[in-house]
Amino acid sequence: MDYHLNHLKELESESIFILREVAAQFENPCLLFSGGKDSITVLYLALKAFYPASVPFTLLHVDTGHNFQEALDYRDELVKKFGLRLHVASVQEAIDKGMVREEKGFNASRNALQTVSLLDAIEKNKFDCAIGGARRDEEKARAKERFFSHRDEFGQWDPKNQRPELWNLFNGRKHVGEHFRVFPISNWTEMDVWQYIYQEKIPMPNLYFSHTRKVFQRDGVWYADSEYMQKKPDEVIEERVVRFRTVGDITCTGAVFSEAATVEDIIQEVAASRTTERGTRSDDKRSEAAMEDRKKAGYF
Amino acid sequence: MTTTDTIENFDTKAYLDMELLRFSTAGSVDDGKSTLIGRLLYDSKSIFQDQYDAIEAASQKRGEEYVNLALLTDGLRAEREQGITIDVAYRYFSTPKRKFIIGDTPGHIQYTRNMVTGASTANLAIILVDARKGIIEQTYRHSYIASLLQIPHIIVCINKMDLVDWDEKTFNRIVQEYRGFASKLDVKDVHFIPISALEGDNVVKRSKNMDWYNGPTLLYLLENIHVGSDLNHIDARFPVQYVIRPMKNEYHDYRGYAGRIAGGVFRVGDKVKALPSGFTSKIKSITTMDGDLQEAFAPQSVTILLEDEIDISRGDMIVRENNVPKIEQEFDVMLCWMNEKKMIAKGKYILRHTTKECKCIVKEIKYKLDINTLQRIENGPELGLNDIARVSIRTTVPLFFDSYRKNRNTGSIILVDEMTNETVAAGMIV
Repeated sequence: MDYHLNHLKELESESIFILREVAAQFENPCLLFSGGKDSITVLYLALKAFYPASVPFTLLHVDTGHNFQEALDYRDELVKKFGLRLHVASVQEAIDKGMVREEKGFNASRNALQTVSLLDAIEKNKFDCAIGGARRDEEKARAKERFFSHRDEFGQWDPKNQRPELWNLFNGRKHVGEHFRVFPISNWTEMDVWQYIYQEKIPMPNLYFSHTRKVFQRDGVWYADSEYMQKKPDEVIEERVVRFRTVGDITCTGAVFSEAATVEDIIQEVAASRTTERGTRSDDKRSEAAMEDRKKAGYF
Repeated sequence: MTTTDTIENFDTKAYLDMELLRFSTAGSVDDGKSTLIGRLLYDSKSIFQDQYDAIEAASQKRGEEYVNLALLTDGLRAEREQGITIDVAYRYFSTPKRKFIIGDTPGHIQYTRNMVTGASTANLAIILVDARKGIIEQTYRHSYIASLLQIPHIIVCINKMDLVDWDEKTFNRIVQEYRGFASKLDVKDVHFIPISALEGDNVVKRSKNMDWYNGPTLLYLLENIHVGSDLNHIDARFPVQYVIRPMKNEYHDYRGYAGRIAGGVFRVGDKVKALPSGFTSKIKSITTMDGDLQEAFAPQSVTILLEDEIDISRGDMIVRENNVPKIEQEFDVMLCWMNEKKMIAKGKYILRHTTKECKCIVKEIKYKLDINTLQRIENGPELGLNDIARVSIRTTVPLFFDSYRKNRNTGSIILVDEMTNETVAAGMIV
């Protein structure tokens, strides 16, 4: 008998191990849930890790208020179906309370404001660990992340002073007030995630599939037309057949022209694609170290 | 946005059946390690257009003659500024045969700890040698770490062959010298390839400049090297990670032991023993959300249910009745110190082994190792950052372990500083 696992099974096993390690090492972990494919995959892995018991994590959605309605509907359905606990950290609320100040102008985005709401929710709810769906292949600063990533009492990441991480031995020890970010699918690529969704037949929000939508172009990126984005006079709204490769805040998530209507179509498209998925994210394009800087401040 | 450059009929079924290979790369400053990784990613079409455009622009800005593929791997601002790699970075690429995870580790002397980190999960190590310089101290160090960490396969890439006129004699001389040194190490499987990472010779494509070399290219070897027997499938070890007790009516008496199999194979009906209690039972079922299994093997994550109700919790280990690991409170470890704060003589630390945590005391440093010469330094008084030594450790409770040589999962430990909570050392049980 040949005892070997294919790569998806091995990645799955690694991720399940990490999720169980979180449940064992932390008292009050939460799972960051955006309604995107990565957090959906992590949630699905959590269902597997603790079967037949319930998922021992609270879902935490950091809500910028600039959502795709489809993503919210999908989230609520999932919460109902699996009997999950959901906590929503609202950026709008943080703005109303004067905790943060909203950016002004055409490229205004609430992306950076999410960090404040996230850290606030972690502190108020005494979450000692936040599980995220970030992958190392997404972005160059994320390639340096640990599975168990320490955050100081200000929620900050210190990339030059990370704990070494060896074998399967994860050190989640911390002082009061500090917390951890844990990334169970660190070793997965965009392709792995889609293949897994295909293999496991995980239902996905409609945004990922080809549909007709009103969009406009800015700096080479096609954005969904929404009340949250102020249009410049020369920006023309067009109806196009598009889909989204990532799902985030509506104001910084770009669409791609696509006819991909099924997961298999998407896999074909990802295989043929010559750009990274974050190529459609304007939040990463602000500077060469945009992600590193946001992560140091406590971003996902 | 996608271009029209499509790959027809990407084979989903084949993709689902790929194997995973984790390898680490180690090299010295300027021996072309980052260029080699860049070359592997570029020639296997794993670099995206937007990534390529970004490094092309960055190369031009720096006034460099060619597109600097090394820029692909330097992720932190400080790394780009200094032109060096500070921390382990993980890279991913796949070919139709395998998916690869690269643990890219910096080669400077002060970063031994990163090399050890990258090596801890690798099945294979690529060691780079500059053909002009031949074997240098760092080559010894990298090779020793690969052998200490029991990486099953080593590929020595003799790089920059373009700068020695593709000379066969130079290659052979380096191979001879390396073999002489490697005979002192505990390495099983070593391969040698003459390459030019800069020009791509023998990386993905065969070299037209070195007719005298008949061996495989680097990528061919990475795709085909046999890794199926790297894990221990003989000695069954199941460290209990988490006890699953659903608070649901239909699972009233359910008690599942969740964990990742650390070695061997477990089958339904197996007579097993729980450590440390020593109670025996039989495996009632092996459960996953996808259905029950008749057998499970390393490195699967499963949930095991037993016939009898016995007291088992996190940190315990389920093994076969007739094949138990060592159960001891005192043992020797090859320890790599990873913290700037020196080890305290007779110091107390938190020790983590599989899913178990306890306190320990480092009783004695038996000898320190000069990893450039492999000579033992007796009476080494203290351990500092990047030092490797054989030490003896005493734990507050018995550990269930195998030697690291026998099983990397049940033979490895880390030490954690009680005050700072930092991981200060990694150890391999002798």
